[in-house]
Amino acid sequence: MDSNKSANVAMLNRKPADENSKSAAKGNTKPKPDVNAGKTAFKNSGSQTAANKSSGGKFNITVRNCNLHYGDFHALKDVNIDIEENEVTAFIGPSGCGKSTFLKTFNRMNDLIEDCKITGLIEIGGQDIYAKSTDVTMLRKNVGMIFQKPNPFPMSIYDNIAFAPRTFGIKKKSTLDEIVERSLKLAGLWEEVSDRLNKNAMGMSGGQQQRLCIARSLAAEPKILLMDEPTSALDPISTGTIEELVNILKTNYTIVIVTHNMQQATRISDKTAFFLLGEIVEYGKTEDIFLKPTDKRTENYITGRFG
Amino acid sequence: MKKNAHQRQIFKYSALKVISFVMVGLSLLALLAVISFILIRGVPYVNMQLLFGDYENEPSIKPALIGTAYLVLVAIGIAAPIGIGSAVFLTEYTNSKSRLIRVIRIATETLAGIPSIVYGIFGYLIFVVALGFKYSLIGGGITLAIMILPVIVRSTEESLLAVPRSLREGSFALGASKVRTIFNVVLPCAASGIVTSLILAIGRVISESAVLILTIGMVVHKIPEGFASPGTSLALDVYYFGSHGYPEQAAATGVVLLVLVMAINILATFLGKVFGKGELANG
Repeated sequence: MDSNKSANVAMLNRKPADENSKSAAKGNTKPKPDVNAGKTAFKNSGSQTAANKSSGGKFNITVRNCNLHYGDFHALKDVNIDIEENEVTAFIGPSGCGKSTFLKTFNRMNDLIEDCKITGLIEIGGQDIYAKSTDVTMLRKNVGMIFQKPNPFPMSIYDNIAFAPRTFGIKKKSTLDEIVERSLKLAGLWEEVSDRLNKNAMGMSGGQQQRLCIARSLAAEPKILLMDEPTSALDPISTGTIEELVNILKTNYTIVIVTHNMQQATRISDKTAFFLLGEIVEYGKTEDIFLKPTDKRTENYITGRFG
Repeated sequence: MKKNAHQRQIFKYSALKVISFVMVGLSLLALLAVISFILIRGVPYVNMQLLFGDYENEPSIKPALIGTAYLVLVAIGIAAPIGIGSAVFLTEYTNSKSRLIRVIRIATETLAGIPSIVYGIFGYLIFVVALGFKYSLIGGGITLAIMILPVIVRSTEESLLAVPRSLREGSFALGASKVRTIFNVVLPCAASGIVTSLILAIGRVISESAVLILTIGMVVHKIPEGFASPGTSLALDVYYFGSHGYPEQAAATGVVLLVLVMAINILATFLGKVFGKGELANG
């Protein structure tokens, strides 16, 4: 635990990776110590044997023929994608093209919407997350989400971070203290708030609030982080801070980020998927998408001809 | 020609301003007249005998103070949990567009609009006659609870709906269950509104008289022995003193009632501010 912590601190002090150090960091990626022995991550304890055949704590995302309807509206059309572990994948595309909707299928946030129907296969680590045996609570623990607008709870900074651990039954003060400190350090917020953990989180600036929300997600020890336009409500400096953070976090987490900002996609993502009218038009390495797009529509979008 | 039209506009504008100013003045005057009249007539008669003395030769409102306390206890004790529970069900567990919700909403609004004397006759027929409670504080308290229930449901619902959806989503996204989300995120955020609505409901209980005339017996001279015994309330004492030849005491009791209700309203505003500090200032 301790060595892990100091490693995290070391990572924080590193500047956003240039090409070399980025690939170096990727080279010696160690699997993060896994608290719930990831194998049965999303399953109810009853169906452990069924889950055991799936890989040892892998968290890649596979989607096959995903269709999603809101009532009569066909929001996602036959979407297929493979998202690798420990990579940053960006979803770009004009407003209302289904990027956020697609993102929300990965932690089943669409369950909250009444007339939303999803068909097709969505697997995380080889497990169908829409299967009956899936424990949505565990799924959401493993797949954290950052929203467009920072949404800290109107309680203390400490209680915000401790929310998820407490949900999963951690009550011991020393353990919680440790999680709070580790999560805040990971999110690069510790230095700024360590002396006012008991202050209400609503008193923080927008950028701090968003990093608090990231820390709050990290406290649940997720494997995947979904970010839904996390910087669209922030100023350029806070945006830069969050982008640095994404670069640091990707060594240990799989990150999927929806963004309207194409420069942002080129700065932080390894792969990019271009969405249009509920379909993925093109998906590939970010540099390929932006330098030599194969589809005319992608080219038109990234050169600013529409959108 | 054009200029004329413009001048007419200006005239209309200033005339309206003057008229509305006069109207505001009149309504303020009415309010001031009531308050100052009651204070002038009543304050000289507010004394220890009236407040805490025994009701023997001189009238006292001690039985009414105790009776009122019993009524508040019963009415809020019953209406608060049921009202808050219903509001949570309505906002968190049902689709706001469903027919059930619309029916319930119409029902609560109708309930809120029923004249209180109708609640009174209901309480009389059910508790005093049918259930054989005779005149009792508990019967009156339960009737009051039914009367304030729709008010509590409605205002609690408003406070719950004011909690941003993003907070619920944030909680769910962290793996929290619905129950945990409601108890640890939604209800704490809505606390100020809920507390305010409960305090205002207490105000309604204290100032209610029509219901109680028919249900608690208006026994002004005896301290109630418990929930089952008959009693009186402050508002009833005003009526009793006024109609039995003690106009000064009636005014004095009015002063007590006025001060109490005003204190409650100030407390409600104050608590709303304290709880609400920075709470939902999500920007």
